[in-house]
Amino acid sequence: MAVPHSEPRSSEHGSGFIDKYVFSVDHKVIGLQYFFTSCFFLIVGFAMIMLLRWQLAFPGQPLPLIGRLLPMTWAPDGILMPEFYNQLGAMHGTIMVFLGIVPLGVGAFGNYILPLQIGAPDMAFPRLNMMSYWLYLPGGMLMLLSFVLPGGAAQSGWTSYAPLAIVNPGQTVWLLAMVVIITSSLLGAVNFIVTTLNMRAAGLTLGRLPIFVWAQLVTAILLLLAFPPLEAAAVLQLMDRIAGTSFYLPAGLVVAGESLKVAGGGQPLLWQHLFWFLAHPEVYVLILPSMGIVAEIIANGTRKPIFGYTEIVASMIFIGAMSFIVWAHHMFLSGMSPRLSNFFLVTTMIISVPSVAVLTCLVWSLKGGSIRFTTPMLFSLAFLPLFGIGGLTGLPLGLTVTDIYLHDTYYVIGHFHYVVVTGTIIALMGGTYYWFPKWFGKQLNDFWGKIHFWGTAICMNGIFFPMFIQGLAGVQRRLYDPTAQLHNLSTQPLNVVSSVSAWLLFLFQIPFLVNIVYTIFKGKRCEENPWRATTLEWACASPPPHGNFERPPRVYRGPYEYSTPRAREDWTPQHVPS
Amino acid sequence: MTTPAAAPYPSEHVPTTGIPNGKLGVWLFLASEVMLFATLFTTYIVLRMAAPSWPAGWEVLNVPLATLNTVVLITSSVTMVLAYAKACERDRAGFYRMIGLTIALGFAFLVVKAFEYGAKFHHGHFPSTDIFYAVYFTMTGLHGLHVIGGIGFNVYLALWAREHWEHPLFIGRVEYGGLYWHFVDIVWIFLFPGLYLL
Repeated sequence: MAVPHSEPRSSEHGSGFIDKYVFSVDHKVIGLQYFFTSCFFLIVGFAMIMLLRWQLAFPGQPLPLIGRLLPMTWAPDGILMPEFYNQLGAMHGTIMVFLGIVPLGVGAFGNYILPLQIGAPDMAFPRLNMMSYWLYLPGGMLMLLSFVLPGGAAQSGWTSYAPLAIVNPGQTVWLLAMVVIITSSLLGAVNFIVTTLNMRAAGLTLGRLPIFVWAQLVTAILLLLAFPPLEAAAVLQLMDRIAGTSFYLPAGLVVAGESLKVAGGGQPLLWQHLFWFLAHPEVYVLILPSMGIVAEIIANGTRKPIFGYTEIVASMIFIGAMSFIVWAHHMFLSGMSPRLSNFFLVTTMIISVPSVAVLTCLVWSLKGGSIRFTTPMLFSLAFLPLFGIGGLTGLPLGLTVTDIYLHDTYYVIGHFHYVVVTGTIIALMGGTYYWFPKWFGKQLNDFWGKIHFWGTAICMNGIFFPMFIQGLAGVQRRLYDPTAQLHNLSTQPLNVVSSVSAWLLFLFQIPFLVNIVYTIFKGKRCEENPWRATTLEWACASPPPHGNFERPPRVYRGPYEYSTPRAREDWTPQHVPS
Repeated sequence: MTTPAAAPYPSEHVPTTGIPNGKLGVWLFLASEVMLFATLFTTYIVLRMAAPSWPAGWEVLNVPLATLNTVVLITSSVTMVLAYAKACERDRAGFYRMIGLTIALGFAFLVVKAFEYGAKFHHGHFPSTDIFYAVYFTMTGLHGLHVIGGIGFNVYLALWAREHWEHPLFIGRVEYGGLYWHFVDIVWIFLFPGLYLL
């Protein structure tokens, strides 16, 4: 078959700067675009919470240095306005989850690594891939832009509960941006599933897929099936705001002393159901790619096959399926029927079993290993206990009786951030160190990597561990001034600990960022396969050229053949014939 | 085949599952669309169950017009299948006739819908009037957007056929357009009894 008649693939590359680096259809360029864009959003979201944490640590005091630079409508005389505080909180959650971590874990790592690990020349739909990025970027920019639009950014929490979100200013832009971002994710999800199923190299059966690929596949299926309900829910909320419908508004609502002029007949609880129907699978969208990354690094860093490959994969698939029927454990106190609560209590306890199984397999993989304490390995080792804390502290929230006390306290914030920050973000940082030689052919500095690791791990615990204590003491989340309630005063010093840890955490990211920039421009070239890894992404040049592999690779064995008896070296790559 | 240096891969990748990439992609896309409309139908059921009273669809909505539209849309599905059949038979004139008919029937559906909406607005019924009209306008409106999208893809197929009639992916694309068009049709098959007859 003649080439011009084929689907546009890597061969159809333009040579100009715009085609090569801006509107590229190459999965590697798009992966790096996702990487740098999502890092930008992570820093923006982090900056927001650093501002917010000043108000929590020192309520009502003017922000030093940068306080004077903020506009009067945000922070007159450097003191954060309550409305601005609410905007920071809502946008921190939205940006971190939808514009930071998911695009980093799926858009960046998935895009770059997944086609390489299955031996494919590119994604199944390269142009769809480009479109996915070019919806994500404007969607994210629209979200940021909402700060300077009249009415400000959304300020009803990242969960946007009705009816509050419908009467609060700023929500319309949030909804529009979400619809764009969701569409981008859906295109990506279709692409990932088709690529994984259809583009595999000869010999790469499903049972030989690296765990990272399995994790991305399950994640993509979750995105594909869980995001459309939120899209529909967002359209309905948008209708409530701009067309005057009342899908989520009951009759007789009184807002600021005036009765709301809507027809009524809507159900506020409906929004919560639809939102959490997405947002619980979303938690697994956040964590599964990280589990995949950690599995890759642990197999490589212990120089032995991962313990329980089949169990990990089966657990991930089971987690994916179960994650669709646990959503209402976020709603035990919403006025939902207690009999319904029992169902979701049981499913929540069930879904914790496969999560523990994955973690147990990863911990057990360390046994008898010849551990290399490289920087990526340190991050992966830290992931195990820290994600464990995050997971286990979730159990009291899934049990209705204890949740009555803990609901909407700082305990919830602590639990969630242990999962997503000390779990996911730690793993994503480890993944960055691990695959950086693949992306740029250069290795990040190990000394500064270790400084970054220890500073990060300690500061993260400094931020989030006090939150468990605060939550148990009854401190509510989303308080503008924690000292306004008497029972919060005893734990107020812990807010200072959290805030100072957050600002220190930022300082410890500077070596990381400098390390990345310095290595890209000034670093020395390293070996093609510096970690002596077995999976297919190391079977091509670093960084790989367009089309990735010199010739289509053939796969002869499973992904983690380390320290095979009678092998010449302690690693046997998947593509080398025996 | 070109030299290995220029195109290291065979230009025709053999899909591992045996299903072409495009077909698998369209089916996955339709799965997500099913979730989208399933959410709207669920919303409808929940709101209706909770409402103290709900108007009977046939008393407030125009059933004859909707029946006409149902016939129009089902016919367009038939012409879409025929367009695909003509493409497979390599009957170029037949393909243009059938895809043109499909596009025309899609427009006819929208015109009838526009008359229906116009009559509702004329009588002062808007999405904000009550929860029934909120559901009616949102669900049929979103379906209408999907019809517009389907017409857009069919127009693209008709234009693309002029230069790419011999393209190896052409027949596949007609099939994918057909899958999507049938999906839009099926959504209406649920909307019609759900909104107008119950």
